[in-house]
Amino acid sequence: MASTIRMRAIANGETTEVQALVQHPMDSGFVKDSKGNLIPPHYIEVLEFQHAGKTVFTAFWGPAVAKDPYVKFSFKGAQKGDDLIISWVDNKGQSDSVVGKIQ
Amino acid sequence: MNNNSMSKQTNLRRARRGQTRRTIVQGALAGGLAGLGLAGAAPFSRARAAADASKWPKDAFSQKKQADAIRVLYGKTPEPSDKVSLEAPEIAENGAVVPISVSTTLPDVTSITIVVSENPFPLAANYPIPAGTSAMVANRLKMAKTSKVIALVESGGKIFSASKEVKVTVGGCGG
Repeated sequence: MASTIRMRAIANGETTEVQALVQHPMDSGFVKDSKGNLIPPHYIEVLEFQHAGKTVFTAFWGPAVAKDPYVKFSFKGAQKGDDLIISWVDNKGQSDSVVGKIQ
Repeated sequence: MNNNSMSKQTNLRRARRGQTRRTIVQGALAGGLAGLGLAGAAPFSRARAAADASKWPKDAFSQKKQADAIRVLYGKTPEPSDKVSLEAPEIAENGAVVPISVSTTLPDVTSITIVVSENPFPLAANYPIPAGTSAMVANRLKMAKTSKVIALVESGGKIFSASKEVKVTVGGCGG
């Protein structure tokens, strides 16, 4: 199965800019399906980025984050070629993680 | 413009007619993954760390009023600051995808939070900012209707805010 996480991290001097896109329905629990039944809430609660054993960024998300969520941030102290570990867990306990290379 | 890029555009137009936007996005995701060489990577085999849901601030996310959400999350009242910069559209044509970014020139930032006042659960996103990480974040949020959007920045133990009214056009047409 292909990963749900697509990321791009680019080291520029001492700062690394990270953009990540996760494939996830992010159902809010307020939207009805074609039969008029509410689609139960299903959204990512925590998205975490780790570099060299340290958490460099955490996102705590509620159901208001858009479908297939996108996030951008930057941090200091990484080099080109370093690993960046990205993981998420949602309100149903599903999760995914991936290791990406900083470019 | 050369022939190659023209045919690409034609293909894109054909694709738009035949497919929903969702399938295009999914196709783009899959293509991007293949491009990055990540397709087929076993999700759990290499990654040793997993996101920890126990740290998720459940109480703050379940508040139905903006003031309660901020109080539960921070226990303090925010003070407006021109050093907090909130970028959001004046008019969001599609309330399902509203690009919002927050940055600040304040020192010692320990978290950034985005609140959408009129959403059923106003707290949208909370980002703890560890040392070494820039006090800046961009994301995309859903907005139920026209609402004030509030950016909160925790700096040196105090909460600073900036807000902006974002109009949501019902039905997604640009009028």
